[in-house]
Amino acid sequence: MTAVAPPIQDVPAVVLDELLRSMADDEFVIGFSDSEWTGIAPLLEEDVAMSSLAQDELGHAQALYALLADVIGIDPDPLAYDRETVDYRHCRLLDHGRGDWAMTIARRYLYDTADAVRLDALASGRWSPLAELVAKLQREERYHRMHATVWFERLARGGADPRARLIAALGELADDAATVFSPLSGESGLVDAGILEAPMAELETRWRAAIAPVFGALDLSMPPAARDPQRGRLDHGEAFRWLHGEFTMVRRSEPGATW
Amino acid sequence: MSEAGTQVGIARLRAGGVAPLRSVDEAAVRAALADVPDPELPMLSVVDLGIVHRVRVASGDGPIHVEILPTFVGCPALDFIKASIADRLAAFGRPVEVVATFEVPWTSDRITPQGRRALEAAGIASPGEPQTAASLIALEPRVPCPHCGSRDTVLENLFGPTQCRTIRFCRACRQPFEAIKQV
Repeated sequence: MTAVAPPIQDVPAVVLDELLRSMADDEFVIGFSDSEWTGIAPLLEEDVAMSSLAQDELGHAQALYALLADVIGIDPDPLAYDRETVDYRHCRLLDHGRGDWAMTIARRYLYDTADAVRLDALASGRWSPLAELVAKLQREERYHRMHATVWFERLARGGADPRARLIAALGELADDAATVFSPLSGESGLVDAGILEAPMAELETRWRAAIAPVFGALDLSMPPAARDPQRGRLDHGEAFRWLHGEFTMVRRSEPGATW
Repeated sequence: MSEAGTQVGIARLRAGGVAPLRSVDEAAVRAALADVPDPELPMLSVVDLGIVHRVRVASGDGPIHVEILPTFVGCPALDFIKASIADRLAAFGRPVEVVATFEVPWTSDRITPQGRRALEAAGIASPGEPQTAASLIALEPRVPCPHCGSRDTVLENLFGPTQCRTIRFCRACRQPFEAIKQV
């Protein structure tokens, strides 16, 4: 039980819903993807790291779903577990399956750097329940970003095979790399209300400025613009349908089960 | 969410054998909370861990209201901590409400000096000074080894056995040790 979120004037619930759902689904999906390494990561240290990262992200998703549940007046658990795959709003960057270690690191690096820009744009927002949560998330995500950055550089400079795998992974993710910043239909309302500092297009520009020096130093090609930004959180494919089957398995086999 | 109420109810039943405490004010509640251990770091009370935020005692026979600050957003021990707090405060014979809030972020510098000594005694390095720099170098202060005191220690893993810990290695005494993450 957490304190109930106070309502905010002049921002329709549907607008907050869209923002919170996109963030919660992102954290939920990347958390479950990370957990796919538990027990089989390439190093014992990384087994611990990916499991802890997964636990962090699922915790973030839980807090964001709880906030969303307050806004729209339903229980968080059905929100997390009872939707059909087409109703999830995570970005397509997270729709590529676990892949190999290079794919995991490429996805984490792109996501963590983009999420940091998004959190920065929410941290001083006028709606305190979200701004307070974001301030807390930022302290944890700092560790995720350092982990991803160290590995990103290690693979890029790690000789022919690791570098080739990283480049292949970035190639597979390229069209979806910027989809964290897919425009939200209600984002002008969020900006006007002082919840979100700037539109997603502006945040993408900030993200590109932040990562360009790293890509330049590692002689890697910057990700292109998203192929279809309007559908950047839609059209989830086979990899997500498989993951969805995994993370809803207990819920489907034992409806209403609790710990 | 609904289980919080159940936990309070259970806590009241368990309180049957405990001698009721007489006066109830904020100081008495905080003193009682010094008996409640953190489940993952049981050498620390919830007070020493710095997670007790606001305490309000309503007038008359009204409820005791406690707000706690989760160390990590997804801390799996949170429900257990809430139940332990409700259990302990049931001795006051009042309804107890325990809620989590992010109103101010818990940071590792909220751990009390007494808490830091308890951590060190248990072989866990306490967090150093609060940090703001967002680089790996910033996480490489020479954290002293809790076993031998040497500062010749290195980071082994940013992540550890619980969300709030990292793993380090002491090159002097050749022992691994855990350290509380600086957040």
